[in-house]
Amino acid sequence: MASDIAEKTDIVFWQGNEIVAEAAIAAGCRFYAGYPITPSSEIAAVMAERLPEIGGVFVQMEDEIASMGAIIGASLSGMKTMTATSGPGFSLKLENIGYACMAEVPCVIVNVMRGGPSTGLPTALAQADVMQARWGTHGDHPTIALAPAYHREIYLSTIKCFNLAEKYRVPVILLLDEVLAHMSEGLRIPDPSEYEIWDRVKPSVPPEKYFPFDSAFGDVPPMANYFEGYRFHVTGLNHTKTGFPTTNPEICQQEEERMIRKVMKDVELLTDCEEYRLEDADIALFSFGTSARGARVAVDDARKLGIKAGLLRAITLWPFPDHKIHALAQQVKAFIVPEVNLGQMILEVERAAHKDMPIVGVNRVGGVPIAPYEILDKIKEISEYAR
Amino acid sequence: MPVNYLYYLRADKLPHMWCPGCGIGIVVKSMIGAIDDLKWDKDDIAVVSGIGCTSRAPGYMDMNTLHTTHGRALTFATGVKLARPDKHVIVISGDGDATAIGGNHFIHACRRNIDITLIIVNNNIYGMTGGQFSPTTPYGAKAATTPHGNIDPAFDLGQLAIGAGASYVARGSVDNGRMMQRFIRDGMAHRGFSVIEMLSNCHTQFGRRNKMSDPIAMVEWIAGQVVPKSKAAKMSAEELKGKIITGELHRNEERPEYTDEYAKLTQRVQAKMKAHAGAHA
Repeated sequence: MASDIAEKTDIVFWQGNEIVAEAAIAAGCRFYAGYPITPSSEIAAVMAERLPEIGGVFVQMEDEIASMGAIIGASLSGMKTMTATSGPGFSLKLENIGYACMAEVPCVIVNVMRGGPSTGLPTALAQADVMQARWGTHGDHPTIALAPAYHREIYLSTIKCFNLAEKYRVPVILLLDEVLAHMSEGLRIPDPSEYEIWDRVKPSVPPEKYFPFDSAFGDVPPMANYFEGYRFHVTGLNHTKTGFPTTNPEICQQEEERMIRKVMKDVELLTDCEEYRLEDADIALFSFGTSARGARVAVDDARKLGIKAGLLRAITLWPFPDHKIHALAQQVKAFIVPEVNLGQMILEVERAAHKDMPIVGVNRVGGVPIAPYEILDKIKEISEYAR
Repeated sequence: MPVNYLYYLRADKLPHMWCPGCGIGIVVKSMIGAIDDLKWDKDDIAVVSGIGCTSRAPGYMDMNTLHTTHGRALTFATGVKLARPDKHVIVISGDGDATAIGGNHFIHACRRNIDITLIIVNNNIYGMTGGQFSPTTPYGAKAATTPHGNIDPAFDLGQLAIGAGASYVARGSVDNGRMMQRFIRDGMAHRGFSVIEMLSNCHTQFGRRNKMSDPIAMVEWIAGQVVPKSKAAKMSAEELKGKIITGELHRNEERPEYTDEYAKLTQRVQAKMKAHAGAHA
């Protein structure tokens, strides 16, 4: 077993999916509900083996919708919960992801992105669910989605997903892709001293004074667990601070604005990015996940040719790092956005740059990663044009 | 001692939103009576629902209440129960919610035999959305979406539940509140997945289109169809035509309950780990 190797060498050789499962456990996840789907299946397999060992619950539900419902129910009962899926399954989960947004229930959803739409390419890479992660469920809602690119980062990002879910009372989405999920890399398991564990804030008032959505305690109201004497009501309908339905336009507006504000007021804190060789860059690459690994190689290759390229790699994809793109737009002559889709995050770069300048994509679909030379070719082409 | 209903209700949320004469109120009353019979603590009960008229019931009950998405109540309830197997979880649902959009969750909750009590208020119609036909609308009946009469065959919910593996199945009707309370109580006390179907009246959406716009006419229509199981046993197939059998339809105390099985699995895994650690000590 993998953990035996860890005891001997301190280094494990895990695929991304195994890392997600082990990191979730390290983060305090004790409830997993899922439904079989490629290429996320290994997450469920590890959870099924590990959770009973540590007194947690693993359940394979009848479908994706059910597993999303189950993790919300378990979270309301006080557990840290997760489900994992891929494209078509993510589509099915969206209804109840919206419920978790509306009812402000912490939980983590992993989407190992594969080719689409529909059944698409079940065993191959894509990065085409990024806009779905942001806007997939209906109605206005905040989204926190992380998109790590390296195995240590997958471990720490998974823990961070749980922390952010607890801190903001939101469903948090971890976006992997098929390559990261199935590629094995050496990993020294981070020591607990290397990360923090956050828990939801519990009410400090007695039950008779408790309101589950009481903004008197801040934009993220304290959250009681079921069965602890608070006997509160939870609904997917618009509701007042009491948790009971309302159709009052003013209250609906206030509450929906609070739900967005609780995340967006911390946008600069949340938007974790790696800035690579950007100090003097003329051309900025923006990328994430597997594509960012190729982009980084392309930056080094371009530098060897004397082209001042750099990379802004988003680890937090949502909320989007508007301020970083906007600042870069004042410095660089062009943006290049490599992504394994036909142009999704580039729309955000265009919006945030808000400037008449070349912003071009390097796009691929069909299940294979973008090779560094493809990105380099684009850098060379743009450096001629943007000279 | 008479039941103090207000103790179990959120009095400040009343009056309720159901139509005058609606059968859901009688079901909620029976439910509270059953909880009172069992002396369950309000803090230890979660009441979960989906979408529809019936699904508004938890909002009036002073317990841990969860009003979820359409058809999905059992999935949320499964999460609640697995997280806290020591607590009581009740789901209250309508016929459309539980057996159309929620049909898959329904059969799988039966199959797992998880210790949840499912009360289905079967009024043969989608009431809240304006009277569309449901999987239990009788053949030939009029609904907003069957203006020419219903050609969809109806589910027998009791047989469906038994076939899928529920270990307690009963059917009552709103014309007999005492019987309803007994079935709900027995279902709640039973360890395993319990399904209690309650035949109820929606005179507003079903009755109005089928010459029974008065609640009493509708309750009489239900009362005229139901036959207690004991009486049905003595009736011929011809006599039973068009009748609906009420009573405790199925009970199996032997079938393993899901959270018990999970607890056993956990014990087994941990004992194995301990033995493994001991051998290497």
